[in-house]
Parts: sequence; C-alpha cells; structure tokens
Amino acid sequence: MTLDPAKPQRISSQPAQPQSAQSQSAYSPRANSRLWEFYRTMRRIRCFEERVGELYVRGLSAGSMLHLSIGEEAAAAGVCAAMAPQDSFTTHHRGHGIFLARGADPNRMMAEIGGKAAGYCGGKGGSMHIADMQLGHLGANAIVGGGIPHVVGAGLSYKRLKRDAVSVAFFGDGAMQQGILYESLNMAALWSLPVVFVCVNNQYGMGTRIDRATAETDFTRRAAALGLAAAEADGEDVEAVHAAAAALIGGARRHRPAFLTVSCFRFYGHGRMDKSPYRTADEEAAGRRRDPVARARVELIARGLTDAAQVDSLDAEIEAEMNAAIDYTAAAAAPELAAMFRDVFAPGEPAPEPLADRLDRLLAEA
Amino acid sequence: MAAQEITYRDALRQALDDAMRDDETVVVIGEEVGRYGGAYGVTKDLIASYGEERLIDTPISEPAIIGAAVGAAMTGLRPVAELMYVDFLGLVMDQLANQAAKIRYMFGGQIGVPMVVRTQGGTGRSAGAQHSQSLEAWVMHTPGLRLAMPATAADAYHLLRHALTLPDPVVFIEHKALYARKERTDLAAPVAPWGQATIRRAGSDVTLVTYSRMVFTALEAAAALAERGIAAEVIDLRTLNPLDMATVAASVRRTGRAVVVTESCLTGGVAAELAARIGEECFDYLEDPVIRIAGEDVPIPVSPALESAAIPQPPVIISVVQRMLRR
Ligand SMILES: Cc1ncc(C[n+]2csc(CCOP(=O)(O)OP(=O)(O)O)c2C)c(N)n1
Ligand SMILES: [Mg+2]
Repeated sequence: MTLDPAKPQRISSQPAQPQSAQSQSAYSPRANSRLWEFYRTMRRIRCFEERVGELYVRGLSAGSMLHLSIGEEAAAAGVCAAMAPQDSFTTHHRGHGIFLARGADPNRMMAEIGGKAAGYCGGKGGSMHIADMQLGHLGANAIVGGGIPHVVGAGLSYKRLKRDAVSVAFFGDGAMQQGILYESLNMAALWSLPVVFVCVNNQYGMGTRIDRATAETDFTRRAAALGLAAAEADGEDVEAVHAAAAALIGGARRHRPAFLTVSCFRFYGHGRMDKSPYRTADEEAAGRRRDPVARARVELIARGLTDAAQVDSLDAEIEAEMNAAIDYTAAAAAPELAAMFRDVFAPGEPAPEPLADRLDRLLAEA
Repeated sequence: MAAQEITYRDALRQALDDAMRDDETVVVIGEEVGRYGGAYGVTKDLIASYGEERLIDTPISEPAIIGAAVGAAMTGLRPVAELMYVDFLGLVMDQLANQAAKIRYMFGGQIGVPMVVRTQGGTGRSAGAQHSQSLEAWVMHTPGLRLAMPATAADAYHLLRHALTLPDPVVFIEHKALYARKERTDLAAPVAPWGQATIRRAGSDVTLVTYSRMVFTALEAAAALAERGIAAEVIDLRTLNPLDMATVAASVRRTGRAVVVTESCLTGGVAAELAARIGEECFDYLEDPVIRIAGEDVPIPVSPALESAAIPQPPVIISVVQRMLRR
C-alpha cells in the first residue's frame, strides 16, 4: 500500500497446478455433492478478482485500495452456501468474493469499484464499502473490525422481532487483535444471539504474519473461552468449510452463537500496490499451492462428477461474464455532482448546502 | 549542507532518523512501521538502523497503541505512535482526548505525556469515506493537545523534530497527497519557530489563511489572481495549536480582507474558529465579512470525480476573491 508507483502486477488467470493425489484421496465421492455449484462460485470469484486487478491496471478503478480475495474463495463460497436467503452479513475490506458468493451482480459490483453511478452504492462507497440490503449485505468496511458489532445488533433485532434469521460477520485475522471483536463475541454469547463470526485467516494483516501479531494463534480458543461454539476449517477444502459453516449457522439459528476460522492464504499483495516484499518466494509458492479452486476442479473430475471439457466450458462462460463486467464499468457514467449531497441524510430531509451555493448567497450583492 | 531535492516523505523520515539518533528514548510504535516501513513509507528502512526494539510493529489494536504510548511517555520513553489513517481517531479518541490530553491537568501538573501521534489525512487517493477525512477539528477542540499540520518538506522535518522535544502530547497530521511532493530545501537551514505562521506569498489585497495541502491550492489561486492584478497574501499556519493569530491579524489588518481555506468540512470546523477569531481581532479593519472556503459537509465519496469536487480547488478561491474585490 505504499505510494511508490511500482509497476502493477497483472494477475494470471491460469488456475494453479492441480493438487497431489494424496489430497485427492481425502475425499469420498458423494452422489448429491454440491461441489459443482461451489466450484462455479469460487471460479466466478477468482475470475472477478482477476478482472478487478485488470480494472486497476487499465486506470478504471476508483483508486488502488483494492483488496483481492484470490486464495480465499472457499471461505466465501462455503459459508455463503450455508446461509439462508433471510440471513444478513457484514464483511471486511476484502469482501468482493463473499458478496459474489451471496449472489451479487458482477456488473454492479465492478461499477462500484470503478466509482460509477451504476454501482451498488452509486459510486460513493467503492470497493471497501459495497453493501446491498436486498441481499442482506449490511456493508463492507474499511475500518478493521468496524462491521463486527453490527451483526450483534442484527442478532438482537432478529431475536427481539422473532425473525428466523442469522447474521454473519466476516473479517480477517488482523481483526482478531481488535478489542471490539471481544466485546462483540462476549455480547453475542451472553445474550444467546443468532450470530456467527467468521474469521478469514489468510495468515497476514498487510505485511504482518499472524505469529507476529499474537502469541496465541489458535483463534478458536478465544471464542470458546467466551462461550461460543467454535470451529476451524481448512480453506483449501470448500466442502469442509461448508460443512463446518452449516453446523455452526444451524446452531446459531437455534440461538447458539458461533465462531468459525477458515485458514487460507492471501495469494497476492495486500492492496494493488503491495508486492509482498515481506514474504519469500518459497512461502508464496507454498501458499498458492493451497488453492481451493484448483482443488475443487481436480475433485470434480476425479470423482466423476464432471469431465474436463465441461469444467473448461464453465470456465469460459465465467470469463466471458467477467469480461463483460469490465466493459460494463468502462462504459458506465460517473455519478453526477449533485449525487454528492444526497444520502448524507434521508430523502426529503434538508441536505447540506453546497459550498458554491453558500458562496453565491454570501457574495450576491457584490 | 546545501539545498537538495527532498520529498515530504523523506523529510519526515529524516526527522525520525535524526531524532532517534539524538535521543535514545524515542521509539516508534504502530502498525507496519517496522519491517514494512510504514503504510506510506515514512519509516522505510529505519528498522535497519534502530532495530525492532525501537521500531515496534504492533497488532491492529489502535486504542492499545495510543494507550501504550501514553503509559510509555509517562515512564521515560518518548513514543512516536503512528496512526495509519487519521480516520482511526474514531477508535482512539478515548486514549487521546480523555487520557493523553488530560493527564497533566487532572493530576495537578505532576506529570506530562510527551508523545507524538503521527498520522495522515485528507483526500487524493479515492480511498473512500473512512480513509480520506480531515479531522483536525476533533483534535483542536481538545484542550491539552498540540496540533501540527505541515505543508512543506522543510516544515515536515522541523516541526516533527520540534514536536519530539515538547513536554506535551502532539498530534502531527501529514497529508497523504503530499508524501511524494518534492521540494528543493536545505534541512539544516532554520525555518520559522514552532507555533509561528509563515507568509508563503506576500500580497496587499486579501489574506488567504490556510495550512497543510491547501497551502498549495491557495498559492495556485494566488498566482492566477496575480495575473488578474490582484495581490493575495497566503499564510501557512503550520501549527493549529499553538495558533499564531498575531501573524494572521497583522496581515488582515493590512489587506482588509480574509478568506479562510480548509480541506476539512465547513460546519463546526477549523475554518469557523479562524473566521471567528479574525472577526473578533480585526473587526475594524475588515472591508468584507470573512469568507470560509471549506470542504463540503459530506462524507468523502470514493468516485474520483466526486472526491475532488468535495474539497476546495483553486477556481473557487479565485472566484471568491474576485467577487470580494469586485474585479
Ligand atoms: C482500524 C484499522 N486499522 C488499520 C487499518 C489498515 N489496514 C487495512 S487492512 C489491514 C490488514 C487487515 O488484515 P486482516 O484483518 O487480516 O485482513 P486481510 O487484509 O488479511 O484480509 C490494515 C492494517 C484499517 N483499515 N483499519
Ligand atoms: Mg489477514
């Protein structure tokens, strides 16, 4: 995230090499598998994020503070697949994938990232502030930990209003060191709220590896100590993430608040200008081998759920969809200036007086 | 030392380097300040000279970073706590306003809190509503806190060096859009003392009072006004606490007109404080009411077109001055 105008990296759209036979054998084929659906979600996220990288390189993004979730697709796909339509959620700044998994329209997302009027928030929020009440997205957040307590409040609402809904907070391992998380966990447990806290543990907060941010890296112990159901899932294995999330979200629906940590690896830099100089090439290579998308692809074929040609054609379809999102964004209009003064308060309420109007008034008789 | 080209970022870094070399009690504490070298590169490579004992990387725990700096300052260290974005004042206001600012006073003068909170604010990167604010009014509204907001590289260096000698807590707000700005300067040459404003451009028709990045916006406007035969004086306040009203008032008494320019939003802000003081102190000399040109009263939108429209640009200053002077 430094300002040095280092050459932006272009992210390859090639899936990483398939996993070894050893990891494949951990699976047993299941007829009613949702793996195809999970793969599709993850592949769409991967491809979308690659296109966000391209948007930046082409100078079409609003700024460079774009945090890609490449490598974290299983957390998004697995958890969101376990949520019900009436559930709500908040995300951290690395939330594109989570929202896509929830069913976001890539065009409107990309347009928001480009600061265009057609975006989810009219181009006023951007990558770090995408939200959509229709899909239960209570908001992405640029303050580490900022969105966590909102799910406590949502849980309180659902309980009080007797709604069958759960609220899920997504955040990174960095937020595990924010005090507000513990205040939130404690309240959720104390009041038995329908709330789930999901830590997407990609091992790093900017350049700081988790073992340099905390002496206790087993996060489940903290949540358990406060009285929450707590579990850890392997973020390379989308079915494992989904199974863990389904159990915990199911419990939360019966007012047993929960915590899930998903271990994964942030494949690229923190933001578009960070080249991760604090990681060795070996560490990056090893991390990128933990690829949930590549692994799901191998699994699909190995279990005979589909064949390579079918996966390739799905991939091509997704590429076309995401390319179209870039074209859509490039062609979309910037917000009109008057939009700046809207939404500070509710429609119909007095809006702030624009500087130019005030000056015209003050200097009128001149 | 001769004059050389230096960026605002490198001037800050040099100040930290020199202060750490001269005073062993100076430590830098904050997120990504050590190995990473600071989110904006200000502490780059300092860890190589001073080690991780003095460039202390922290978890993402802002209230504890500022609070730990308070405790360290009370017990022998001189911490420079880095708050990555001024917007995170939202998280640390208790430690800053209720603790750091009040300890000397509440405890009857027994002890002070000699620490510096280095942070950066402002627009310019499409960083959105939670990473682009100008929150100096929050700090200025808190007795017990000093507040510096340098515009130039030379001031970045000297004000930070001076802040690291003061007995009380200083909030030092840099501007994210200035880090890469280069300037030809000799850091060994003295600048105006801490607490004194500087006249960046002399003029007799109107006084433009400002600080931080808006100094350059005002200078740009003043240059354009000069082509139209209007001589605008530009005052860079450099520190908002202490506030050098003497320099401002002397200028306004000469020119008879004042325009206050801030990037921070209008209502309840620094511009209001400055305009009120100018009104009180220069009433009999003013040809026109003091005009405030400030950021719009809105959160900062991410869209680049809206972001730049949300803060003052040279044309609005030019137009206001022309209308004031009826030319
Ligand atoms: C309160 C706060 N502190 C610091 C930052 C700067 N910052 C943005 S992201 C980040 C790292 C967050 O790490 P993590 O929570 O693990 O999320 P990740 O980026 O790895 O997805 C930091 C320090 C911020 N945005 N908000
Ligand atoms: Mg992380």
